[in-house]
Amino acid sequence: MIEISNVSKTYGAKPVVDGVTLNLPVGGLTSIVGPNGAGKSTLLSMIARLMPMSAGSVTVDGLDVTKTPGDVLARRLSILRQDNHVTARLTVRDLVSFGRYPHSRGRLTKEDLHHVDEAIAYLNLGELSGRFLDELSGGQRQRAFVAMVLCQNTDYVLFDEPLNNLDMKHAVSMMRLLARAASDLGKTVVLVIHDINFAAVYSDYIVAMQSGRIVCQGTPDEIIRADVLETIFGTPFEVHTIGSRRIATFY
Amino acid sequence: MRHEAQSRAPLAVLAVLAVVALVAIVCFMTVGARGSWSFVLAFRGLKLAALVLIATAIAISTVLFQTITGNRILTPSIMGFDALYALVQTVLVFLIGAGAASGVDPRLMFAGNVIVMVLFSLILYRFLFSGGTRSLHLLMLVGIVFGVFFRSISGFLQRIIDPNDFVVLQDRLFASFNTVDTSLLGIATGGMVLVGLAMIRYLHTFDVLSLGREAAITLGVDYRHVTTAILVMVAVLVSISTALVGPVTFFGLLVANLAYLVMPSGKHRHILPAAVLIAIVTLVGGQVVLERVFAFDTALSVVIEFAGGLFFILYLVKGGSR
Repeated sequence: MIEISNVSKTYGAKPVVDGVTLNLPVGGLTSIVGPNGAGKSTLLSMIARLMPMSAGSVTVDGLDVTKTPGDVLARRLSILRQDNHVTARLTVRDLVSFGRYPHSRGRLTKEDLHHVDEAIAYLNLGELSGRFLDELSGGQRQRAFVAMVLCQNTDYVLFDEPLNNLDMKHAVSMMRLLARAASDLGKTVVLVIHDINFAAVYSDYIVAMQSGRIVCQGTPDEIIRADVLETIFGTPFEVHTIGSRRIATFY
Repeated sequence: MRHEAQSRAPLAVLAVLAVVALVAIVCFMTVGARGSWSFVLAFRGLKLAALVLIATAIAISTVLFQTITGNRILTPSIMGFDALYALVQTVLVFLIGAGAASGVDPRLMFAGNVIVMVLFSLILYRFLFSGGTRSLHLLMLVGIVFGVFFRSISGFLQRIIDPNDFVVLQDRLFASFNTVDTSLLGIATGGMVLVGLAMIRYLHTFDVLSLGREAAITLGVDYRHVTTAILVMVAVLVSISTALVGPVTFFGLLVANLAYLVMPSGKHRHILPAAVLIAIVTLVGGQVVLERVFAFDTALSVVIEFAGGLFFILYLVKGGSR
């Protein structure tokens, strides 16, 4: 379980994340939603120790993220940020292989290679595996990075806007894949996501943030309601039930 | 099968580079030799050893520095590392005088210089690279300002010290590829071996670091620790090359980028030896050509700096912004 207690991040006097206390359940797919500047990505970065917190603490399975050695944590928790820029000339396969680094320290065993092949196949990157990253489109590169993170094979996987740069077809298959990783492989997947309907359809749990605080949390049925969404985003919503799915329109 | 082909190509390139480097070395040792072989080989051997040391130090320090800064334009020299070395030397002579400074064993002096250099570079550069992503332009600006600052202070101190002290200092700081300071070869080799041992320990983290700070932390690298270690290595390597030959600004940039260009792989176990070999070819081969073919002796650094400077501008204008 990821336990976040009283976590704050302030720049000068301005709090970006303001005393957040939150327990993220084990298993399933949790989405963090909210308007721009709500502190979602900052919170995610602090959980993954990419950013120091001003106050509070985060534990993953009881391990304090700021005190646990990096390599121990790297076998439990991985994160993919939005803007991934690599200067080195790497092939897709090279990149995905880096996911095994916490396990093998750069000397790939047979088992590691198996994981690499699996991750490449899982994201349909087979044909691209020999291509260099700078020869790929934004969406293809995004998939390669997701493959790397999955290859790391951690119980907790965090994604900061994984649908960026993806067209509708790939966005849907990415969300299906992440949901499948949660349901089939038993991983705990946490996303920061902007598309409220993707969150509604695929999440098991939704956390809504606004101005650095949690405004509400619950199952999609509890969150995807016109009045709740209006308080979160500050714009009028209509919620329709199509099939068994609740779809919000705000256009 | 594809994996084999992929791993064979970089090795083939390395083999070619090694052969070219070997040819350059053999030419350097033999071309135009007259008189007793034992004298020629011993005399040129020392010079060769110095050139190889310099080439290795500059190539490795540049590649590692570019790995932790995550770009291919910055080099230790552009960020003012060698100007810092000159400043340390100048301040030392300024404080204790050339007489006392010359009295000290040069090797002891070198060791002290390296320590001061490591401390200062950690204080000055640590904060620049340990934080989040910084803009390349800010870094370059800071580096250039640092460089000018160090050089100005050195220049100021050199103007107000005793003229006799200045001559001694000048002798130390204005080495060239032709008049390499061979008295420090032993300790420089020692320093190089130490850095080499440290590199073996950290070798597996270099590739991960090239993914950037956040990816490296996610993959479990102790980022602060490793970048500090690399900055220390870079400081030692820059001290070695600057002590032996004086400041060379664009050479590192040239060889590192040529290595990225010719190697079909981005892995450090391929890039590092390639950069070293290219540096050896350029220095040793260039020295042969200049000494034997054109018969003008002192200008290798000028030629290399000219080519490197052109390359720097081209890279900045064309591909560097990527």
